[in-house]
Amino acid sequence: MSQRLREVIAGVFSEVDVVLAYQQGFDKLHVTPCFMTMPEEINKLVWNPLCAHNLTSYLPSLKKKKVAVVVKGCDSRTIVQFMEEGLINRENVVIIGIPCNGVISVNKVLHETNHEPIEDITFGENGEISVKTLKGEKTLLLSDVCPDKCKTCQYPTPIVYDRLVGDPITSDKSPDSVYADIKEFENKTLEERLQYWEQEFDRCIRCYACRNACPMCICQDSCIAETRDPHWISQRSTLSEKFMFHMIHALHLAGRCVECGECERACPMGIPVNKLKRKINLDMKELFGYEPGINPEDKPPLYTFKVDEATIKEHKI
Amino acid sequence: MSDIAARELRIVGFLCNWCSYGGADTAGVSRFKQPTDLRIIRVPCSGRVDPLFIVKALLNGADGVLVSGCHPRDCHYTDGNFYARRRLEMLKRLLPFLGIDERRFHYTWISASEGARWQQTVTDFTKRVHELGPLHARKEATP
Ligand code: SF4
Ligand code: SF4
Ligand code: SF4
Repeated sequence: MSQRLREVIAGVFSEVDVVLAYQQGFDKLHVTPCFMTMPEEINKLVWNPLCAHNLTSYLPSLKKKKVAVVVKGCDSRTIVQFMEEGLINRENVVIIGIPCNGVISVNKVLHETNHEPIEDITFGENGEISVKTLKGEKTLLLSDVCPDKCKTCQYPTPIVYDRLVGDPITSDKSPDSVYADIKEFENKTLEERLQYWEQEFDRCIRCYACRNACPMCICQDSCIAETRDPHWISQRSTLSEKFMFHMIHALHLAGRCVECGECERACPMGIPVNKLKRKINLDMKELFGYEPGINPEDKPPLYTFKVDEATIKEHKI
Repeated sequence: MSDIAARELRIVGFLCNWCSYGGADTAGVSRFKQPTDLRIIRVPCSGRVDPLFIVKALLNGADGVLVSGCHPRDCHYTDGNFYARRRLEMLKRLLPFLGIDERRFHYTWISASEGARWQQTVTDFTKRVHELGPLHARKEATP
């Protein structure tokens, strides 16, 4: 697969200014994004299940450049959402799609290996991962250390692409599994739910990594979590300020979150940042039959309306 | 306990300038008796009501929030309330997920001539919020 990807990338250099792909990070367990501008740089390329990052996040800021980008199934939804919202010029992007069997959550691997420094990590054909530390070798299964999104992934093959590297894969995961956790959470009492969020959000250190990692958080330096005018939240480290920050993130993503999970991957405190957005997505699906990042012709449901809303009933007191 | 129940609660109302604020005014001019828990914030249009206004109110001490705009098809700006309807419905469904009783938030449509309907809505909503009690009881109990 790596070899085929290398060939495809080598073939697009003449068409674009920059290629977004992956390279080795500071140790064996980490892969980082790389920006390749010259054909020689292709030697840096890495492709394996550690390539979890959603590289499409860079596309809006490179809107005026010609860019080739390597995408997995879930990443491609971000591109579709960008198209729906007019945030990229599709003709400036060459999408190199790769059907995906799942990626690795670095945190889960570190948890399995008791945070020992990783000497080496290799990947087998059927999702086995051997991890070598000073304490010895351990075999893990991809299905045990993948992020939650991969366990219910409906779109392993990119939805849009210009080149496809490898054969398309169809999902074998039940569509009902996607929001099973959300529905389960709704079985809790109101009191339990409030307690859950208070506990989770209280750990937030407001580093804003979740926001910075989110491809759909497009306000960047004008984020209302930091503006003084309007002054939505202060710098005080209180639960209500943290809660409010999460409400800002969730409501600005309402009906736009592509569920790429970058927010949770970035969070140093293990906060389920994606959960509120997924709850809203479930509602948008039930109310308007809408799913973000699936069809470039769609319009996000809160950007539009119908004069007669068949699914919204008037509320009585 | 009875002490708290009898106390006035904090209810914030976001009313559009053209219809519901007029409706509230009509009720006032007609001297309809209304509960006094409601604090009205006049907005140009229900479409101006960012769902974050409601969340911010609830997180910062309000016990209930009421949003009221022009009836669908009657918006002064043609379609502001159509957008509002989708956003407010989204929020209505999100609140219980956060552990906040959705009955603390109500949105409705009241025109400038509907003074009696306004009176009824405020009375009923205030009654409901009183039944639910203060949202921040726990925090207030332990200063
Ligand atoms: S969600 Fe699907 S496409 Fe995305 S990394 Fe997981 S398995 Fe691959
Ligand atoms: S909120 Fe999280 S899952 Fe949703 S688009 Fe942003 S980073 Fe991706
Ligand atoms: S990344 Fe985590 S800790 Fe940082 S602001 Fe987001 S939720 Fe809070």
